[in-house]
Amino acid sequence: MATIWFGLVAVMIAFYVVLDGFDLGAGIVHLFITRNDAERRAVLASIGPVWDGNEVWLLAGGGTLYFAFPALYASSFSGFYLPLMIVLWLLILRGIAIEFRNHIRSLVWQPLWDVVFAGASGLLAIFFGAALGNVVRGVPLDRSGEFFLPLWTDFTAGKESGILDWYTMLIAVAAFLALTVHGALWVSLKTEDGLQQRAHQLAMRVWWALAASIAVITWCSFVVQPQLQTSFAERPWGYVFPLIALAGLIGMRIFGGELQKFLSSCVFILGMLTSAAFGLYPILLPSNGDPAFSLTVANAAAAPYGLRIGLFWFIPGMLLTTCYFVYTYRSFAGKVRTGVVTEGHG
Amino acid sequence: MGLALLILILKTMALRTGNEHYAQAARFWAKIFAINFAMGVVTGIPMEFQFGTNWARFSKAAGGVIGQTLAMEGVFSFFLESSFLGVFLYGEKRLSPKAHWFAAFLVCAGSWLSGYFIIATDAWMQHPTGYTLAANGEIMLSSFWGLLLNPWIFWQYLHNMIGAVVTGSFVMAAVGAFYLLTKRNEDFGRTFVRLGVIAGTLATIMMVFPTGDGQGRNIAAQQPPTLAAMEGLFESVDGAPLAILGQPDVEHHRLDNPFTIPRALSFLTYQRWQARVRGLNAFPPDEWPDNIPLLYYSYHIMVGLGTILIGVMVLCCWSLWRGSLYRQAPLLWLLMLMLPFPYIATTAGWVTAELGRQPWLIYGIMRTPAGVSPHVSAGNALFTLIGFMGIYTILAILFLFLVSREIEEGPAQTVEAVAPV
Repeated sequence: MATIWFGLVAVMIAFYVVLDGFDLGAGIVHLFITRNDAERRAVLASIGPVWDGNEVWLLAGGGTLYFAFPALYASSFSGFYLPLMIVLWLLILRGIAIEFRNHIRSLVWQPLWDVVFAGASGLLAIFFGAALGNVVRGVPLDRSGEFFLPLWTDFTAGKESGILDWYTMLIAVAAFLALTVHGALWVSLKTEDGLQQRAHQLAMRVWWALAASIAVITWCSFVVQPQLQTSFAERPWGYVFPLIALAGLIGMRIFGGELQKFLSSCVFILGMLTSAAFGLYPILLPSNGDPAFSLTVANAAAAPYGLRIGLFWFIPGMLLTTCYFVYTYRSFAGKVRTGVVTEGHG
Repeated sequence: MGLALLILILKTMALRTGNEHYAQAARFWAKIFAINFAMGVVTGIPMEFQFGTNWARFSKAAGGVIGQTLAMEGVFSFFLESSFLGVFLYGEKRLSPKAHWFAAFLVCAGSWLSGYFIIATDAWMQHPTGYTLAANGEIMLSSFWGLLLNPWIFWQYLHNMIGAVVTGSFVMAAVGAFYLLTKRNEDFGRTFVRLGVIAGTLATIMMVFPTGDGQGRNIAAQQPPTLAAMEGLFESVDGAPLAILGQPDVEHHRLDNPFTIPRALSFLTYQRWQARVRGLNAFPPDEWPDNIPLLYYSYHIMVGLGTILIGVMVLCCWSLWRGSLYRQAPLLWLLMLMLPFPYIATTAGWVTAELGRQPWLIYGIMRTPAGVSPHVSAGNALFTLIGFMGIYTILAILFLFLVSREIEEGPAQTVEAVAPV
């Protein structure tokens, strides 16, 4: 039962990264690929109706984690206290930048929010990457399953490391590159003319850096976290996850259509995250001191009754949610036309 | 939540009368709702995360129970609300009027459902139900329906949601009064005042009876020390008086300068003029709420303002019925200046509920200091508190700035704003 919930939480978080990932990616790239205000409006309009729903995946994923694995939720959220707070501030800034930019037309108002949008999106990509790096590397859990990490110490990935060390920063860079490509492919899918071409070119150039960084972090991850080797050696069928990621990575290159490229990027991100989740299982949060203190699917799960009853509302609830998303994305399907963007509620 | 309902009413009127005036009014309020919603989303996310970041011990012990309602809120209401808010705000041109009305309905339903889950969470902390205690201190869910149909939820939910309608009504009426007084958008001004006053009259009265009364009886039955502290009652007496004014002196266990209605508290609580009401001295001091004066004042501010709000709404409603409200400058001034008070009353109400629960984090099970994150130092907590204060100050300024701009622009311009640029 706990394993089912592990899978569900992992999938929810992966969906968050795929969906909000393109919002963040669009934020990262928009200053580089737009030439004028109409084009910037087009980028915002491409994510305007959906970004907020995408962010809900983080909330719902967090809520699901909370009820299924309360010990993990308590331990990781208090242990990663400072970076999480910074993430919250960045999410606030990103949200109001998207929502408030088009309320006022002024040469001081709009550029300000454009920069806030880009900066917050980029930093969020980096922080989420670093968070993933920390979860893979492990944290100094104590006997009661708690810890507290400073932002940085000496940048070695040893027992005394902080949130940021060379390994987690590598993952952060890879995440930044992955979401840059992802966002650029989204913009390329949703816009036209010069903007579409520039987005596409940017995606294809950054792809090389992404491919290189993926090779590096894959090798480093196996060195830093021995559990990955154990998992893949014991359950070789799990190689399907990295293979999915690889297929997505190659797909971005070889497919010609914008939609196929964007979907390849989605597949790539899902493949990477499920590989990480599979590689760690049954550990949820590894201890980098005494391995006995690691939080696992077994010792962090809530009581069985709650988990069982949870499935009864979770499955219909998520089916409904899928319907909303299919409906919303279909309603706003097609390209945003530069220059005839409606102001929305601006 | 209150505004969502009022927008739905405007959309319904537009659909039934086919009058573009109401559709335009709904569009105007939708813009203000969007600003509110953006604020709510960005400030709401930290709330969920703070359970884990700052209240780790509490989360670890109780996550299996209240995680249920919080996760359900995400799955059932946030997805609904956020998906259809996008459809509602951006989709009026693409959808038929009926489909657009339905989007407004779903946004409203999502927000009211969200309120239910969050009140269910708070109600469980006020009055835990449907759980068993494990040997290791973990609180395990034992009855799903016990959690979702907690008797505490009913009155608290209605009291809270109708409070939201009160605030929404006063905002709408105040904007309408502003337009009438400045002689701009007067046709919209009349619509806003009419809808605001009618909804506001019904809602303010329902705040006292039956919802406020029901909530008060919950507290009397389940949290008697809280009731005593709220009312500033130190000694148990038969036929207890209701304190209207007065300052609690906790050192000397008395209420200074009291202005009271004899026996009224007994009657309100137990429906008998002679009933005995237990004062604070009937309970051990370690079960007293931590900050009795603040609890007392916030409760009295809530009740006092609530009474004034009813008075204003009833007066305006009477004048509206007589057909003279739109010309009554003093009443319009009053409506406009009342704008901040429902916000203050709501805040005071929440302070009353949460301070009243002290010294308990989960009433009767866990004390507040036992729930914190043991490894987060006071310095780190202060750092983030200052950060949040700074960012929320910026948000508040932006909010007031943008909303006042929208009001300044007025509903007549709305059509142009959504037209192609």
